[in-house]
Amino acid sequence: MAVEQGRQRWDVGLLAVGIPLVLLAFGAFIVWVFPPLFDLFWGGMETVFNGHWLVRSTFIQHGFTAGVLIGVTAPVVGAYLVNRQMALIGEALAHTAFGGVAIGLFVGASVPALDYPLAWAMVVAAISALGMQYIAVKTDGYADIPIAIMLTGGFAVGIAVISYGVVFSATVESYLFGDILFVPFENVQLMVGLALLVGLTIGLTHKQLKFITFDREAARLARINVWFYDTLLIVLTALVVVAAMQILGAILVAGMLVIPVAAAMQITNSFNRGLVLSVVFGQIAVIGGILLSYDLGVATGPMIIITAIVIYLGSLARGS
Amino acid sequence: MTSAISVENVSFAYSNQPVLRDVSMSIEEGEFLGLVGPNGSGKTTLLEIMLGLRSPDSGHVELFDTPVEEFTEGTRLGYVSQHSTDADSMMPVTVREVVEMGRYPHAGLRRLSSDDHAIIDEAIAKVGMEPFADRRISNLSGGQRQRAYIARALASEADLLALDEPTVGVDADVVEQFYDLLTELNEDGITIVLIEHDINTVSEYADTMACLDGELYEHCETGPFLESGALEQAFSSARAVSSRQVAGGD
Repeated sequence: MAVEQGRQRWDVGLLAVGIPLVLLAFGAFIVWVFPPLFDLFWGGMETVFNGHWLVRSTFIQHGFTAGVLIGVTAPVVGAYLVNRQMALIGEALAHTAFGGVAIGLFVGASVPALDYPLAWAMVVAAISALGMQYIAVKTDGYADIPIAIMLTGGFAVGIAVISYGVVFSATVESYLFGDILFVPFENVQLMVGLALLVGLTIGLTHKQLKFITFDREAARLARINVWFYDTLLIVLTALVVVAAMQILGAILVAGMLVIPVAAAMQITNSFNRGLVLSVVFGQIAVIGGILLSYDLGVATGPMIIITAIVIYLGSLARGS
Repeated sequence: MTSAISVENVSFAYSNQPVLRDVSMSIEEGEFLGLVGPNGSGKTTLLEIMLGLRSPDSGHVELFDTPVEEFTEGTRLGYVSQHSTDADSMMPVTVREVVEMGRYPHAGLRRLSSDDHAIIDEAIAKVGMEPFADRRISNLSGGQRQRAYIARALASEADLLALDEPTVGVDADVVEQFYDLLTELNEDGITIVLIEHDINTVSEYADTMACLDGELYEHCETGPFLESGALEQAFSSARAVSSRQVAGGD
């Protein structure tokens, strides 16, 4: 016991030093290491695809990279949410994030220094995630009540701010429905950082999150800090949702959190295998969706979700 | 002998419904206690208070001689709750994954070591669940699921195992095997607190019994307990008040 407690104290110390260092390392990676890697990869792809214009277009390069990253992070976070019957929390957070985007566009229009709508969205979504957590703990109501309030409330704020009328409707639409041709390189960098952060956090806390997801009471009994891990998960969700919003749009974001996971759950008995499988399905949905949308000349976000649903139906057929 | 759980003057009420009134008892290490009482007598509530999952309105609880609010060695506690038999968790988890959870608090942020895996295998073997180790837990029968949860407690190296009506909805012949397993674990030195509605069965296996109906009627060795008349007292008082609203929460 004493050994274990000593180890725990050592852990806390390690985290206190480790977290800032890791964040710095991530920052350095995104700014200095990632851009040359990105160019190298797409340069290689150009050679592979013999200079096809699609691979050479920076829009596609940005969108594709962002999509692949979402195809990893969203199902990973979604796996815990779905099994906690919190599938719709992503949808609620996406709508509050949309409110954040509207506020960001509004403020950015008058104060150019603050013109980072996605950063605004992240802050607003994270705050509402914490708010939702607080409401869930403090009130006795059904779990979907705060979700419904956040979902409509966030959207209401967003539309109210937009209707004030300083924002181009095309910009608004790109956040509402997603636009793969509208991902600037800074946002790709942001998503790389986010993917690293989500990967590291989940890698470290997977055991605790899984335990709490499966059996809250037993986790509390084992003196695991349930409140801390709940908060961690919901904040991660908010970040992932904001990142995914650029491609899928506020309305479709929840699909990426839920559908690949639902498909994976149909055909595996093990949670860990399900986690891996949902990332695989997420990748198929994203890449398939992008290619199909190009092929059919249809919007990308919807095509990704439709592909995911087809995978889900396939897994239903196989599972039964 | 030191006490595994000691409860002093504990009272608890759901809003204005008193559930527990001034309960005091001490459970020795190595004891196999059968806790019985009518429905709504506060058995589950008392168990949750003992384990620190719920705070009493007044009174004092100690786990292994540490005040419960300062008790941090959660891995020493195993709890198979009534919810454990519900099949409503559709989460895909194998039996092995459930048992692994018993090691998670030990491992913290680290990966499970080979020692951890050895302990997990041993726990699965102890409850005889090897053939089902890779099966999805929601597809198993109630009795098998209970075994998996007990294996989780063993993997966490619990020396106190609390079970809340674990055999509800479990076949009679399986119940017997289940109790044999509990007896075996008890002989290995694990303290067992068992809430059970079937007084006949529990009295065959438990060393000591206690009867609860809002207040504690008796807590002593099983033989004297059955002769003490505490059961009649508790259950007749329950009948007498059954026209009144039963205290909520069970």
